[in-house]
Amino acid sequence: MEGGVKLKTELAVIGAGPAGLCAAIEAAKNGVDVTVFDENKKPGGQLFKQIHRFFGSEEHLAGTRGFEIGNMLLDDAKKYGVKVMLDNVVWGLFPDLKIGISDEEKVSIVEAQKVVVATGAIENSLSFPGWTLPNIMGAGAAQTMINVNMVLPGKRVITVGSGNVGLIVSYQLMQAGAEVVAIVEALDHVGGYMVHAAKVARMGTKILLNHTITKALGDKFVEKVEVGKIDKDFNVVKGSEQLYDVDLVCIAVGLRPLSELCWMSGMKFDYLPEMGGFIPVHDNNMKSNVPGIYIAGDVTGIEEASTAMEEGKVAGIAISQALGKIDNKKGLILLNEARERLGTLRLGPFGDFRHAAKEKIIRKYYSY
Amino acid sequence: MFDKKYIDKLRKSSGWPSDERLNQGPVAVIECIEEIPCNPCETVCPKNSITVGNPITNLPKFHDICTGCGKCLVVCPGLAVFMIDRTYSETEASITIPYELIPLPNKGDIVIALNRMGETVCKGKVLKINSNKNYNKTNLVTISIPKKYSDEVRFFKLEK
Amino acid sequence: MRIDNHPILGESKKGRELKISVDGKEVIAYEGEMIATALVASGLKVFRYTSKYKEPRGLFCAIGRCTDCVMEVNGRSNVRTCVTLVEDRMVIKTQKGLGEWKEGLN
Repeated sequence: MEGGVKLKTELAVIGAGPAGLCAAIEAAKNGVDVTVFDENKKPGGQLFKQIHRFFGSEEHLAGTRGFEIGNMLLDDAKKYGVKVMLDNVVWGLFPDLKIGISDEEKVSIVEAQKVVVATGAIENSLSFPGWTLPNIMGAGAAQTMINVNMVLPGKRVITVGSGNVGLIVSYQLMQAGAEVVAIVEALDHVGGYMVHAAKVARMGTKILLNHTITKALGDKFVEKVEVGKIDKDFNVVKGSEQLYDVDLVCIAVGLRPLSELCWMSGMKFDYLPEMGGFIPVHDNNMKSNVPGIYIAGDVTGIEEASTAMEEGKVAGIAISQALGKIDNKKGLILLNEARERLGTLRLGPFGDFRHAAKEKIIRKYYSY
Repeated sequence: MFDKKYIDKLRKSSGWPSDERLNQGPVAVIECIEEIPCNPCETVCPKNSITVGNPITNLPKFHDICTGCGKCLVVCPGLAVFMIDRTYSETEASITIPYELIPLPNKGDIVIALNRMGETVCKGKVLKINSNKNYNKTNLVTISIPKKYSDEVRFFKLEK
Repeated sequence: MRIDNHPILGESKKGRELKISVDGKEVIAYEGEMIATALVASGLKVFRYTSKYKEPRGLFCAIGRCTDCVMEVNGRSNVRTCVTLVEDRMVIKTQKGLGEWKEGLN
């Protein structure tokens, strides 16, 4: 591409969330020259709105609040000399590893030897009559407003979806002073952890299993929602509909990867609905099918912050090895440790399907 | 969801202390019966009264060596640990609840004690509020309630 | 509504007080926050109206990805208010449809 200022870096990381920062830190620790690009004005991705304590074990920083982990990562990034360029949109990622960025003033091309795409995910929406009414928003959006921006968009809430996002955000809305009247769940069981459900249940939130939102009502913004019971074929049971007065509806029906740059660069994909939809495939070292480009975090399948961090570390270590900054022996030791920490997070009934999905993804990588 | 059947499951789970230990004084009661990779309760216990072991999805196993220090109540990411003292008085038990809301109650306040479904059980009195800086915003609020409700009450709300 | 005190986050730290106008009405904002934050704090829910059916829209994703929160800011249309910082004396208007492109706008 002609013109534009050229910026050179050994490793370009796209996305300054937990996956991107961890990849950058691991690489920088080993002497790689790293630059992280993020379109936002503040780094940390979705990490800083997680005001609850994380699960896992000591090595995963269990018991520590998400935003505290975020601050630790930023400190480490600074300590190891990682350059973080905020307010820089990455608009292009090309198979030859050139990256197109732009800020308020200029468009530039970045030349990197290795790239990590860690662009995260976006919330899904749910269609029902009235779903576009103002103050019907993603649960993550409500979480951003209350935990990062310290403003409360509504005081009487219904949440749709009982996965961990729906459960945790409902609790956090109550910490922010709202009343969460109910959590509406289409399936016959809670999607997230029972301990999260227990927290909101004892605070008075009704968890309505086998229910769905049938419509939202209001003139200029949501004022009421209608919730109905559904049968095993997901049809609404006539006569079961109930109206609730609300001024905020949080939709927590899953996330999907923000993978436009992956498509653009020529990565190969597979379709795994259990991981969020179209997933760019990778190998055991988080390497994509495009030589030199690695991927990490929710863009590789929806999981959680802890797995995003460990995947970022795997990518950072693998890249350090590929660039010759650490020898294969050291690289293998570090990689095995990171993969083991990652594996631990995918144990149990909430992890088994993710573990199986990741194996499928790796197998698909090798099939291309 | 969190009904009598659920309480029976909890009572039989490995995180629940023995009746003997419950009748001896303040003790932690862990209400964690789902396999999640998580073990900070094991890590934080200064008496090794909690075992999770390997794999870390194991349910926490409670040994009755507990001295009622409350560290596990504070660190549990699921806010799933409570402290019960069945010996508080002849007629009352005390329960310590991890509490992350404001305003905090005041010592001596009368509160409405709630069960796991948020339903009113009885009235309670606030005995103690522990907001140690090291607790990182997970306050420990202890309330007294009629002894017979010590397995039911797990939350409270302030009287308006 | 502003959350002045939070059980985990403590007291909210606000920057310098600014004044912005929203459809002619004065709204208080604080330096360092996004436009949408000040709007939500003031109770605003409707950010724009759609082109064809003139339906109201408001915040959806709050992370700059869905464009449901765009408004006309200082004469410029389609500004994502959830990821744009407030500036003193900013003039914000509810956007109608796709807005207008004015020549010579910076």
